[in-house]
Amino acid sequence: MRPSLIQATWIVARKDLLIEWRTRTAFISAVVFSMLGLAVFYFAWSPTAVSPADLAPGVVWVVFTLAAILAVQRSFSIELLERAGDGLLVSPVDREAIYLGKAIANIIFVGAIQLVTVPVAALFYGLPFGEVVPVMLGIGALATVGLVAVGTLFASMAVNTRMAELLLPLLSLPFFLPIVMAAGQSTQRLVAGRPMSESISWLKMLVAFDLVFIVACTLAFPYTIEE
Amino acid sequence: MPPTLEATGLTRLFGRQRAVDGVTFALAAGESMALFGPNGAGKTTLLRLLAGLLRPTAGSAVISGSEARGDAHVRGRVGLISHQTMLYPALTALENVEFAARLHGVESPREASLAALERMGIAARQASLVKTLSRGMQQRVSIARAIVHSPAVLLLDEPYTGLDASGAAVLSSMLHELRRAGASMLVVTHNVSEGLAVATHATVMLGGRFASTELVSGMDPAGFAEKYRALAGVEMAAA
Repeated sequence: MRPSLIQATWIVARKDLLIEWRTRTAFISAVVFSMLGLAVFYFAWSPTAVSPADLAPGVVWVVFTLAAILAVQRSFSIELLERAGDGLLVSPVDREAIYLGKAIANIIFVGAIQLVTVPVAALFYGLPFGEVVPVMLGIGALATVGLVAVGTLFASMAVNTRMAELLLPLLSLPFFLPIVMAAGQSTQRLVAGRPMSESISWLKMLVAFDLVFIVACTLAFPYTIEE
Repeated sequence: MPPTLEATGLTRLFGRQRAVDGVTFALAAGESMALFGPNGAGKTTLLRLLAGLLRPTAGSAVISGSEARGDAHVRGRVGLISHQTMLYPALTALENVEFAARLHGVESPREASLAALERMGIAARQASLVKTLSRGMQQRVSIARAIVHSPAVLLLDEPYTGLDASGAAVLSSMLHELRRAGASMLVVTHNVSEGLAVATHATVMLGGRFASTELVSGMDPAGFAEKYRALAGVEMAAA
């Protein structure tokens, strides 16, 4: 009996995570990239003009956005080698399960990058560790869902093109903008110690974007892999 | 007996190029077609159309009475062996086959995968990462991946590529076994003896069309090779 949508989603996600666990190349690259990004921004700004605490939320979201692109690009490039992706496409699983499986693996992957990077950013920029880290990880989790939902869809479209590395950011970044804006604004307010009520509308917007992008991208995915 | 695999006017254009041009044929259960043709004849494109990996520009491919494209259940009845191994180099041989088994909803996927690897004579390397295996061994794993769900239709694109003599013998015997069990097969090959050994029908494809189809039973391989040379203008590989 062919697997249900949930079973197939898990089979695909598990396979992607196992491959990343074995190779770890993309994870290490993305973490190193994030650390370097944090360092470059730290030294590029004058602390007399903008305090590191004010700078940190924006920097963190720029770095996470670019790290997310690295992560989602990897998810379909592993299917190109030896045309392993054809094996997925000739299987009886729903196309939506392939998308959702890859998106879940990417969410875990990007989440793991954030788990490493957020504490380092807090230490680096002198933020109150205990207060800031849980807040940033919480917002990070919400934003990651939206970023990955869009990025995974566009990665599937870009992977078969000759300029995949260039095309993916070009396609994704305009759609990342509302997510990064909501995440950045809410992080800024919460890190500055402002009351939660000031951030709630941004967080609601983040949840709304997540829902819209998950549904729209899941429905669109089967058409992006048509040849 | 209704055909298991049926193509009607199957056509695929890439721009203005007609890669497959109005191909029509039918194979009943247990029938097998060896497809010969020079490079660029459209053989691989035809296989990808039949596997549902490509959308036909016109015509239809029907498997067990349902359109090959779009019907997930139908896809589950197809096994595909392609030019590439379709394996993940970072996974072991067993993990690759088991992944395919799970996608196809095979009962006891671990046991079925081990049995498929055993059948291809590669069970001893089940725990080896695919990237550490030789090309021939990878091909054996790839074949195990394609048959783990006991497909009713097997589409094989140069399945003997990279196999040594013992691997080729294992593959031939397995294809005979599957055919006896009722599987329909389409085998793309350049090798006349390997192709005719596993087929009930031999077809020459040229310029996206079937130029000739004949029964293999009682056929003289040398005569067929001569006919192929006359049609295609090139020699066939003999062994």
